[in-house]
Amino acid sequence: MTTDTQPSQSHRSPRIYYIVYAALLGLLVLTVLASFLNLGTTWGVLIALTIAIAKAILVILYFMHVRESSRTTWLFVAAGFIWLAVLIGLMIVDYLSRGWFTV
Amino acid sequence: MTEAHPALAHHFSDIEQQREANTLGMWAFLATEVLFFGALFAAYLVYRSAYPEPFAAAGSHLNKILGAINTAVLLTSSLTVALAVQAAGERNRNRLLLLMAATVGLGILFLGIKGFEYFQEYREQLIPTINFAWEGEGAPQAMLFFTFYFFMTMLHALHMIIGIAVLLAMIFWAWRGGYETDDMPVERFGLYWHFVDIVWIFLFPLLYLIV
Amino acid sequence: MAANTSALQMRKSYLNVSYTAKSWLLTTDHKRIGLLYLLSITLFFVIGGVAATLIRLELLTPQGDLVSAESYNKLFTMHGAVMVFFFLVPSIPTTLGNFLVPLMLGAHDMAFPRLNLASWYVFIFGSLFALASIIAGGVDTGWTFYTPYSTTYSNTYVIAMAMGIFIAGFSSIFTGINIIITVHKLRAPGLTWFRLPLFIWSLYATSLIMVLGTPVLAITLLLVALERVFGIGIFDPALGGDPILFQHLFWFYSHPAVYIMILPGMGVISELITCFSRRPPFGYRFIALSSVAIAIFGFLVWGHHMFVSGQSVYAGMLFSLISFLVAIPSAIKVFNWTATLYKGSVAWTTPMLYALGFVGLFTIGGLTGLFLATLPIDVHVHDTYFVVAHFHYIMVGGMVMAYLGGIHFWWPKISGRLYPEGWGRAAAILIFVGFNLTFFPQFILGYEGMPRRYYTYAPEFQVLNVFSTAGASILALGYVLPLLYLLWSTRYGAVASNNPWGATGLEWQTSSPPPKENFIETPVVNNDPYQYEVTGEFEPHATVTVGDLQRGELGNQAIGD
Repeated sequence: MTTDTQPSQSHRSPRIYYIVYAALLGLLVLTVLASFLNLGTTWGVLIALTIAIAKAILVILYFMHVRESSRTTWLFVAAGFIWLAVLIGLMIVDYLSRGWFTV
Repeated sequence: MTEAHPALAHHFSDIEQQREANTLGMWAFLATEVLFFGALFAAYLVYRSAYPEPFAAAGSHLNKILGAINTAVLLTSSLTVALAVQAAGERNRNRLLLLMAATVGLGILFLGIKGFEYFQEYREQLIPTINFAWEGEGAPQAMLFFTFYFFMTMLHALHMIIGIAVLLAMIFWAWRGGYETDDMPVERFGLYWHFVDIVWIFLFPLLYLIV
Repeated sequence: MAANTSALQMRKSYLNVSYTAKSWLLTTDHKRIGLLYLLSITLFFVIGGVAATLIRLELLTPQGDLVSAESYNKLFTMHGAVMVFFFLVPSIPTTLGNFLVPLMLGAHDMAFPRLNLASWYVFIFGSLFALASIIAGGVDTGWTFYTPYSTTYSNTYVIAMAMGIFIAGFSSIFTGINIIITVHKLRAPGLTWFRLPLFIWSLYATSLIMVLGTPVLAITLLLVALERVFGIGIFDPALGGDPILFQHLFWFYSHPAVYIMILPGMGVISELITCFSRRPPFGYRFIALSSVAIAIFGFLVWGHHMFVSGQSVYAGMLFSLISFLVAIPSAIKVFNWTATLYKGSVAWTTPMLYALGFVGLFTIGGLTGLFLATLPIDVHVHDTYFVVAHFHYIMVGGMVMAYLGGIHFWWPKISGRLYPEGWGRAAAILIFVGFNLTFFPQFILGYEGMPRRYYTYAPEFQVLNVFSTAGASILALGYVLPLLYLLWSTRYGAVASNNPWGATGLEWQTSSPPPKENFIETPVVNNDPYQYEVTGEFEPHATVTVGDLQRGELGNQAIGD
């Protein structure tokens, strides 16, 4: 038997969900406003991605209960994104060094 | 031996082990989805970085307002799903049914808005190989943008449709009292739904906003 | 003996608990599902083998005289696609893996039995598309589906085959998820991670790859189909696309896929070498963790398939460097297996013959991989028979031999019967000889410049090609033999005891074949694995001791007595 436990979700007040929801909507407003600033592609992508990542982290930690989950769960969550980073990262090495990016 | 829980499968030793296995299993599946959509994001990022102007010009044809509204719709549906999971955990059948129905409604609203957007894009002749007409330079690259736009959003919409279909089945099952003793399926579904939301959280800015 | 036999046959096991078709086709018993897969992948091995036969027959002469060029292209494509996606990738994980993982963990089934059955049906569904593609006329793009040929110019049934592979990929993913969660959550009490059999470690690592890599292939195949149907230009340079993007996405999966096609075999070898030298593995932790290292590092090297594709030289150098690093964990395994043999008490059983053959042939295959990882050398030997020989040494000389070794080793557990040992050894030797005669000349041919995927070649290459084809016929005979005598043994073989080999491992603590629920009582583990030499005498947990060995067809070999 492992010692990993997952608490049942029944004793939590829904307040945290509403707070996270408000934060998510706030970040949505932020990202739309930022797009009107016309910061150019590089900065635009960076800001949009950062906000998107923040939203995703909120959903993962609070809505998907990863904050209270076992270390194994954290590992599974991280693995997908890390592997995606490997795909994108090493592909970019090729495209960057072939002069594909007119950034 | 722990007493048999009605939902306990024969090969698990107790309900907690089964619950954890089910959750991990869903996360393993979601990891595959991260790479599934992720590969498309990777390809899109390559071309976007290679052709910033045509892609930006093409992207400006998308309806930012509708996209933002849709994002808000999906975020709300994530809220209702999170609350539904909690209701299932508290064995509150009526609240569960209400929240699941709300989620279905929001999901259908999302699809409706998306469909309307597609219709607008059809009218503006932006559907690759079907009626694509582009004025100015960078026509092939602009078409490439719309290829990614349609493929990625349609793939996302397909995941939404599957989610809604499953949810409808679960509403029926919940109405029959199926989750009185076992809320694990609702939790698992919640994970799936939130993930589909996260995909949109990335799709929206990368397709609509970087112009 | 006769009474003993019939008494054992009367005993309830997973095989005779029910004989109806429904009980097989709707089973959720991981052992039965393993057998369903065994039947399916054997069929595909035969199909892939027929394609190989025709290839080798054509290559007997320098001219193209057996088949047309187009047909030849279809033959090597189908050989590759079928062997990779419908035989090797599923092979050990779905057959031996499905059968043994719960047993080795002391569990009653996999974590998700219905998902397990679904994975088999998905596999079958995908294979129908592949078969349809083959019957309708085949594909000629090579199993690698490079664009823009596959997307724009090929007039063959690319989409059907691509969809077949796409669907079969989900089967792979489901199996991987099942294995991962089962290993995390269903271990018997006391079975900590570092007490797991090395076979489990290797399957766990394999499952990591299946889960994280296959989705990228899935999307890539969808994009190919999309481009074929709509002509959009994702991979078409004329429309701004990049054909090399396809290769990046394709090889992001397909390189790790080759580790899917060797790691399970390595796991089997760890079990065989320890059992048949009566020694615990040298450096257990290193072997265990090297499997995970291979799985992780394997994702970082895909560009070594693209050195001459037009990929940037800098990316090429980076991939070349990391490819050297990924050889290290494999080398660690080879050193450790060899060290395990030292001062061991070696038994020359059929599985051991396969295992020892594996170590030698995998070493050759792996070392020639280093040649190919060396960028400047690869420039010369890329797309020649050197590459073909390299990967066949690993996939056939390695994985297929490990697969056969594992099938023989666990055959008593799976079927309750012993296979005829004499025939087993003969087949193993035939396969070893046939294999080397087939593929060693190909290293020379490739180095001398014979290109792959051509149905003609320069006349000076004929002698070695004739050797190669001769070897292939011996190899084919070697493969047919186990098919026949294993089937024979299910009816006429000697009845096996719980533990005919005197091996450690929880799967040997239950009857051969096991009951449907695997164990009457959940086993409890309180010592490390591979306790072969600790007290000089093997003492298993179970109620049957090694003295229960049935002499049967095992000859005079007194295993473990």
